[in-house]
Amino acid sequence: MSHNDRRGFLAATAGLGLVAIAPGVHLMQVAQAQSQRAAGQPATKRQRWGMLIDTTKCAKGCDVCVSACATENGINETVADPRQASQWIRKIDIKDPQSDRQYSLPMMCQHCAEPPCVDVCPTGASMKRADGIVLVDRHICIGCRYCMMACPYKARSFVHQPLTQQNPEVPRGIGCVESCTLCVQRIDRGRLPACVEACPEKAMLFGDLEDPNSEIVRRAASAATTQVRADLKLNTGVRYQGI
Amino acid sequence: MSLVPHSRAEERLFYVLAAVGGLVVAIGLAAALHMEHSGHVVTGMNNQVVWGMPHVFAIFLIVAASGVLNVASIGSVFGKTVYKKRAPLSGLLTLAMLAGGLFVLMLDLGRADRVIIAATHYNFTSVFAWNVFLYSGMFGIVAVYLWTLMERRMNPWSKPLGLTAFLWRLILTTGTGSIFGFLVARQAYQSAILAPMFIIMSFAWGLAVFLIVQATMFRWNQMTLHPTVLKRMKNLLGLFVAATLYFVAVYHLTNLYFARQASFEKFLLVDSEFAPMFWIGQVLIGGIVPLVLLYLPSLSMRCGSLMTAALLIVIGAFFTLYVFIIGGQAYPLELFPGMIVSSSFYDGQVAQYAPKLPEILLGLGGVGVAFLMTTVGVRVLKFLPEDDLTHLDQAAIHQGD
Repeated sequence: MSHNDRRGFLAATAGLGLVAIAPGVHLMQVAQAQSQRAAGQPATKRQRWGMLIDTTKCAKGCDVCVSACATENGINETVADPRQASQWIRKIDIKDPQSDRQYSLPMMCQHCAEPPCVDVCPTGASMKRADGIVLVDRHICIGCRYCMMACPYKARSFVHQPLTQQNPEVPRGIGCVESCTLCVQRIDRGRLPACVEACPEKAMLFGDLEDPNSEIVRRAASAATTQVRADLKLNTGVRYQGI
Repeated sequence: MSLVPHSRAEERLFYVLAAVGGLVVAIGLAAALHMEHSGHVVTGMNNQVVWGMPHVFAIFLIVAASGVLNVASIGSVFGKTVYKKRAPLSGLLTLAMLAGGLFVLMLDLGRADRVIIAATHYNFTSVFAWNVFLYSGMFGIVAVYLWTLMERRMNPWSKPLGLTAFLWRLILTTGTGSIFGFLVARQAYQSAILAPMFIIMSFAWGLAVFLIVQATMFRWNQMTLHPTVLKRMKNLLGLFVAATLYFVAVYHLTNLYFARQASFEKFLLVDSEFAPMFWIGQVLIGGIVPLVLLYLPSLSMRCGSLMTAALLIVIGAFFTLYVFIIGGQAYPLELFPGMIVSSSFYDGQVAQYAPKLPEILLGLGGVGVAFLMTTVGVRVLKFLPEDDLTHLDQAAIHQGD
């Protein structure tokens, strides 16, 4: 192949490649325009991320969301005493003793607007991001576990042993408290939380509670939704249907 | 300030006691190092019962540290001579027990290596953060207060310092009670009564510790407690124990009145491993038996009765805190009131906790710190309460005792 031929071949390949990926790039841009933040830009109060979970679609015994969370966030350690294991999301089976009605739902950090864990944290490691995501700053968590005493949802776990094989995007560590981050590393890139993406029944809807045109707000306007422990007036970011 | 002269036998005994205290502290440190290296996986604490035995020890030491200062306050603030003589020992015990409590609390942290962050990053809505100020302030105020008591030139300042320490101590124990009182999530806590209840418990536990230490020091020096002092201190201790029982009764009766709290009370007082600890440990050993020893005429004026009552009160205090801290966490959180729930994270189940050796040794290490500081303190400086016996005899005759 002569020099010119090679140059022509490369140009043609690049052109074809561009044509092939252009629609995808465009679609990604559309999706990201809704949620992705540009690098270096802080989260703002213009958004409040939340979730609406339809318990009528959530099958008892299905824990795909739990597995997806563990894979995404690198929760793969073996703990001898299961009581000391971390659980960022769990399935709760519920039965009404009066009517015998049974249902199942995923429970995780409810990303409260008034989070008790943030109130009680002595160092400010427990914090709420401007867009409503409740997180733990691993650099200043001293492992006092006061937030775990304060959380009404038992949403937080303490890491009891050294960890290996971590997901570099999801830092975890011995002696610190951790909980559901709403997969912040995915959200910031315009992707859905792992549990929402994995749910085979599409029972989990993720979106911006501040956007009147978002599906989550439209659905919440048309169907009855519930906050768990609404009596505490914590204004949770995770809401449920069918309970 | 004057140093105390000692005989050779006393000297030997001091070194033995200091060595025992040092060994207990060293074992506590080794336990903390083990927990730090391996993680809390070596303890019985878990993601259901997140605060365990270290917190029982730490909170006992901190609450009693505040209460033991009561003796000094009665002397300096309320001008009672008998208690004034005891103010320096009371201040020393406050510092020693506070140090012991904080030793345990800080070394139990998941990241004890980062404890300095608690002093560099503050979240002012956190009761814990308030307590960082309250505890360090307490050290400073009591240290200066001790100086005003023991240095003759500074004596005129002892009253204002005593008043400051008295008020600070009330706020400090309010802060300790509020660690739990401000927790909305759990049924055992979230109550304003916890702050005053902790204050009154601190009075009883602190005075009990003071009396044990005082009796030991008196025996060491072949001294006996004057009956007038004995009577006053036993009556005061009895009053504090009765008041503690009153607060405990009000706390549980209020809960029993609310339908939503009934199942929690049934759990704690009837249906769980905590029920015998409550009735036998907290109420009987820590309350009723000491009251009998302190007030029954045939027993009450014996030094042995006072010492036994004080020891039982301390034992009862550990039962009280175990039932309160562990029992309060063991009862399942009610996410869906009235429903039957189950999950892989033990929702709806009573949480299990069995303390393991490292956390118990860490707790004992805190007691060791308090013991060592007290032993060295009473050895080096003049902390022995020396009553004016002639004055006390005259007072006893005057009162018809």
